[in-house]
Amino acid sequence: MNIEPGLYHLLFISGALFFIGVYGFLTRRNLITILMSIELILNSVNINFIAFNKYLWPHKMDGLFFTIFIIAIAAAEAAVAIAIIINLYRSHKSIDVESAEELKY
Amino acid sequence: MLNDFLILMKSELVITLIIFILLFIKIGKGMKNENLLPLLQVLLLVNFIAGFFFNKNGHLFGDMFYTNELIVFEKNILNLGVYLISLLCADWLKKTPHLPEFFMLMLSALLGMFFMISSGNLLMFYLALELASIPVAAMANFDLEKKRSSEGAMKMIFSSAFSSGILLFGISLIYGATGTISFAELPGQLDGSAFQILAFAMLIGAFAFKLSIVPFHLWTADVYEGSPIATTSFLSVISKGSIAFVFIAALYIPFQKMFETWYLMLVILAVITMIIGNLFALRQQNIKRFLAFSSIAQVGFILVGMSGYPDGTTAVVYFILIYVFSNLAAFGVASVISEHSGKENIDDYKGLYKTNPFLCWILTLALFSLAGIPPTAGFFGKLFLISSGAAKGAYWFVTVAALNMIISLYYYLRVVRAMFMDKNEQPVEKIKTNSTVKFALILCAAAIVLVGLLSWIYDYIQSLMN
Repeated sequence: MNIEPGLYHLLFISGALFFIGVYGFLTRRNLITILMSIELILNSVNINFIAFNKYLWPHKMDGLFFTIFIIAIAAAEAAVAIAIIINLYRSHKSIDVESAEELKY
Repeated sequence: MLNDFLILMKSELVITLIIFILLFIKIGKGMKNENLLPLLQVLLLVNFIAGFFFNKNGHLFGDMFYTNELIVFEKNILNLGVYLISLLCADWLKKTPHLPEFFMLMLSALLGMFFMISSGNLLMFYLALELASIPVAAMANFDLEKKRSSEGAMKMIFSSAFSSGILLFGISLIYGATGTISFAELPGQLDGSAFQILAFAMLIGAFAFKLSIVPFHLWTADVYEGSPIATTSFLSVISKGSIAFVFIAALYIPFQKMFETWYLMLVILAVITMIIGNLFALRQQNIKRFLAFSSIAQVGFILVGMSGYPDGTTAVVYFILIYVFSNLAAFGVASVISEHSGKENIDDYKGLYKTNPFLCWILTLALFSLAGIPPTAGFFGKLFLISSGAAKGAYWFVTVAALNMIISLYYYLRVVRAMFMDKNEQPVEKIKTNSTVKFALILCAAAIVLVGLLSWIYDYIQSLMN
């Protein structure tokens, strides 16, 4: 049996990735893992853009360009986030979110 | 063509130029903070004045970037705010070991906000939004040795990254549904189907994150309390103001066809934002945290004004102009006191009038303006916002807003009472205020009174709309 991947398959993957990312963001306690969850969310968006571009709007290249920019911005965001995590590690001696609990209510 | 490019992007180019000057100072010989700060203040003043000349309407890069008189006016407000911050927080700025870096980050964020206000395309909007929010997270971490600062910065970068993830998912769905990401083409493609409403709701969620509207406000107070006070005032005034400008432009132009959907969303969000912001502000002890919740409540009022499509823009821009002055004056006084005595609790402000009457009067005027008490400009700002909301005939909604103004009076006046009436054995000592700080505070105070009384300012903003 020959199954061609269609728009629905790709949207299912990207939707699943998005919600796995959201779940990870909300439940993980390690800052690096939280950062990885954000990357999952951003990559699900990339899949979305490419799928829409290929199947629905093949003559409008906005989706493809958008993906390239998202990859670049995700790298910049990760750089700043990791710098902040390193500084947090220096002051708290841990990269567990539970250790950063001074500010509340 | 080149001429157009230079003139239309003038404000952005001037900011870029200042960033490069700072970069060269940093990698060159370097300068002492005492010499660099006055130079920067002069550059920012020049930048603010230059904003009034050689303005032209038009668009660039195939509609990705556009500018008109209203946008130039909004950029001038933001420029003025940054200039005032450089004056008001002079005490902290002089002490920081990385002054050029701090201003490079602040001006890059400002550059991002300028592009965001001018954006005519969701791609441009997303890039500018990231440029406006990533540097601010780094700025929040500038008290490097303080635990709270790094905690605040961590919360800021993760919540802003998460919200931009949601924004992007919404944009990708909009692209899938309509095939375009240009603001000019969107209105023709939107038909209000369930799929488009889902995408639109994700977009609103991201805006709400950045504007700290209530279900998405949890990062605000922590970041405000943890960051150095210069960053806090930048976040609460410049960042809030620019996002509000973009939010209202996005709702009124590309998404005008979905008016019925977003009107309902705005009403619900405005009501819970005002109520929760006010209730949490009642119980705060730290002045920065108190101002954070008060600014959340102010955002609720801005939403009331936005709901008055199609005439809400004037009221919102006018209110933000006033909000810049009142909030910066309040943060300025808080910054002077915390820098000289290390005290940030409202209880420490007891008996302040005995020792520092000047700071007391300025803070009182600022808080009166935030609360909306008549002779100050804040009253007129809130009046126009509420009457713009009332234009749609939702009177219960406007009543809730008016009742919230009364609740907010309680906590603003609590600070005033602490300063003037409560007795304290050890009040804050007499502070010798720096002359630039004094100048900026007097400028803010004068503006708080005058912007409300000079009616041509409102008329001028109104005339920019056409």
